[in-house]
Amino acid sequence: MHMADALLSPTVGGAMGAVTAAAVAWCSRTVRNEGDDRLVPLMGVLGAFLFAAQMINFSIPGTGSSGHLGGGLLVAILLGPNAAFLVVASVLIVQALFFADGGLLALGCNIFNLGFLPAFVGYPLYRIIAGGTPSPPRSTVAALAAAIVSLQLGAMAVVLETVASGISALPLKTFALFMLPIHLAIGIVEGVVTAAIVSFVRTARPGLLSPSSARSQPIAGPATAILAVALVLGGIGAWFASRNPDGLEWSVAHSARAAEVPTPGTPAHASLDRVQQATVLLPDYQFRNAPAGADQKRLGTSVAGIVGGFLTLVLAVLLGWALKARPSRR
Amino acid sequence: MSHHLVEAIGLTHVYEDGTTALRDVTFRITHGESVAIIGANGAGKSTLLMHLNGHLSPTSGEVRIGEASITKATLPGIRRTVGLVFQDPDDQLFMPTVFDDVAFGPRNLGLAEGDVERRVREALQCVGVWNVRAKPPYRLSGGEKKRVAIAGVLAMSPDILVMDEPTSGLDPRARRQLIGLLREFSHTRIFTSHDLDMVLELCPRTIVLFEGTVMADGPTQEIFNDDALLERCQLERPLAMQACTGRPQS
Amino acid sequence: MSAPAVLASLLDFRRLDQLATADSAVHRIDARAKVIVTLAFIVCVMSFGRHEIARLLPFFAFPILIIMLAQLPAALLLRKTVLVLPVALLIGLPNPLFDRDVLLQVGGVNISGGWVSMLSIALRALLAAAASVVLVAVTGFPAICGALEQLGMPRPLAVQLLFLYRYLGVLGEEALRMEYAYHLRSNGRSLSIGDYGRVAGRLLMRTWDRAERIYLAMCARGFTGEFITGVPTRFGATECLFVVAWCALFAVLRTQDVAQRLGTAVIGVLS
Repeated sequence: MHMADALLSPTVGGAMGAVTAAAVAWCSRTVRNEGDDRLVPLMGVLGAFLFAAQMINFSIPGTGSSGHLGGGLLVAILLGPNAAFLVVASVLIVQALFFADGGLLALGCNIFNLGFLPAFVGYPLYRIIAGGTPSPPRSTVAALAAAIVSLQLGAMAVVLETVASGISALPLKTFALFMLPIHLAIGIVEGVVTAAIVSFVRTARPGLLSPSSARSQPIAGPATAILAVALVLGGIGAWFASRNPDGLEWSVAHSARAAEVPTPGTPAHASLDRVQQATVLLPDYQFRNAPAGADQKRLGTSVAGIVGGFLTLVLAVLLGWALKARPSRR
Repeated sequence: MSHHLVEAIGLTHVYEDGTTALRDVTFRITHGESVAIIGANGAGKSTLLMHLNGHLSPTSGEVRIGEASITKATLPGIRRTVGLVFQDPDDQLFMPTVFDDVAFGPRNLGLAEGDVERRVREALQCVGVWNVRAKPPYRLSGGEKKRVAIAGVLAMSPDILVMDEPTSGLDPRARRQLIGLLREFSHTRIFTSHDLDMVLELCPRTIVLFEGTVMADGPTQEIFNDDALLERCQLERPLAMQACTGRPQS
Repeated sequence: MSAPAVLASLLDFRRLDQLATADSAVHRIDARAKVIVTLAFIVCVMSFGRHEIARLLPFFAFPILIIMLAQLPAALLLRKTVLVLPVALLIGLPNPLFDRDVLLQVGGVNISGGWVSMLSIALRALLAAAASVVLVAVTGFPAICGALEQLGMPRPLAVQLLFLYRYLGVLGEEALRMEYAYHLRSNGRSLSIGDYGRVAGRLLMRTWDRAERIYLAMCARGFTGEFITGVPTRFGATECLFVVAWCALFAVLRTQDVAQRLGTAVIGVLS
């Protein structure tokens, strides 16, 4: 579910980065204005808790595979959406720096997909369904709904970000048909596990979860949040669509030729077709459209190019040795 | 000097869930004294400590530090005067490096960076860990962490040093070094501890708590010779004072 | 990853951080400069078209040169960089499947654009991983946080990062102990969801209590809500030179096909 740098173009990464930076700034200001000093150490150790909790795997019944907690929704339930967003952002930043888990350019995307969506779309949904102090079954249903929605939106966001970047050759429809069902399953698991932890906390320490506590902060209306999401994703799509007015016919023809995935006429496929028509494909596809035997130098794959590439590296190493030999220590 | 005075007058604390943690606790500790507060788990020691620096407010009664009652206005001054060292240094060392952690207090006091550095250096040198100032906490041994935690409190120049279980978790060598260090201090010292042998070495006076009530307050030697009292309070003699056969009183 | 494996890599990342305490010309450069250069590097690398391979290769010069100038242990950093390869190959895998257009022929074998772009993806992943690993090794996490804050990251997030970093190890070890204790009594079975809820819930309670104690300790030393981090660092001539020089190099490598020209020249000379 993490976006990787390798599949990301700077344009998409930058756009999502800007959106995320704005959200970070807004949430930081809100959290600071709340004035709850206790949040300072609490957010910190809850971030460490998320990390630690993700380290422990559990087995998913019926599949024999193991899963782990995402945690964005859980932290939102505990701290409210603004603080939770910052907590998840911090976890992802540490992961990007130390575990090469996603990448630095992809941080904007990942913080949005895994932080913004659970906190500002999933959590309001949870609150709507669960209300003030829900009974365990109601809390479970709320957590399930919230987790499934957040993860579906997150998965779709990954698909759109990847396709908009144009590095991966995966067509949007195929990718979506792969990601969405898997993340439905992941969402169910996340919802169940979140509910399990919440119910444990409710029995052990009910005061922690009372919505009247200082931690329940004003929630951006779910409509606003969903609107924001739609605007961002639609914006990226529209930008690319405007660059390639005739990309539509090309993409349809190309999908039919290259992709051997059968496309039955189910409603899912029809709506995916509509999405694909909106987020049209990229310059690099035009590039591939060039007839075979075109100038191979443009492709950067000629032998000379590769030889030259390695040569520059050799030069770099030699330069490094030369610089080291000089007494650079003061 | 009166500003070293620590006084509890009829201190009572009842928690939200109805547990009475402290019942009418009264004592008076004067300048330079070294006092131990001992008791079984749940006797109210930690609750008492949290009153001494104003973190908790009494349900009834009062706490006076240096003859001033603890109120919201006097709280910053109290926090400067009373230095509290917690049991688990991991809870106290929360900054990326030792230096930054010890500097936390002085910086909060609003001191100029030059003064901050001077205080940090003095505090770290006093406890003997100046050499680890650039290290992150996870690279310190248990004994080093304890000493850094003390330095962090010393950097605020407190008059009264309160420590919760100072020797817990330390290996014998680190424990010995800490006891040696604590002996040097001229502050008013208040310790809670299960380490009764340390109490014997460092504290001429002991207060015994049991179920929130002060059961005894007097010379340490006398208290540790009173087997009936110790039995009642679910304690026993320090190892150094147990019968020559080495078997604890049962 | 299982808990022991993750904890092992956790401790490993501390090694990266410890490397940052060494002294070299590169280490002494202000963290902001290093962060800016790393970001510029990643942006340049990721801006290439999907079929680029040769033009990506010279970019390895950046991590290689920094490793050499800062005298970092190459084997350790290589090991951490290469960790990204399996995932990179996995995410690149669809490309040969969907992009069948033949791009070139090598000795009679048709190579499709998909394979080329898959290799390109792998190279990008390696470059991105190398850049972030090297950044941490010459800067250290706390300095990176300080740099980000000076570059505009809000204070609450910077403080959050420092706390998270500080308590990662503590909580990680707690989690590991709890999982191990469970395994000893569960006959080696891994946790059910219900049990995970209880174990994680327990860990959450302890974490919450710890936060209370830390808050106590902070208040006891005068914390009133404003977190005061250290002295701001200096961004001088060396830093400007560092940033300008590397960015210029990246720009040249990005816009000019240095690899191609060098290769053609050499082959021309040899043939």
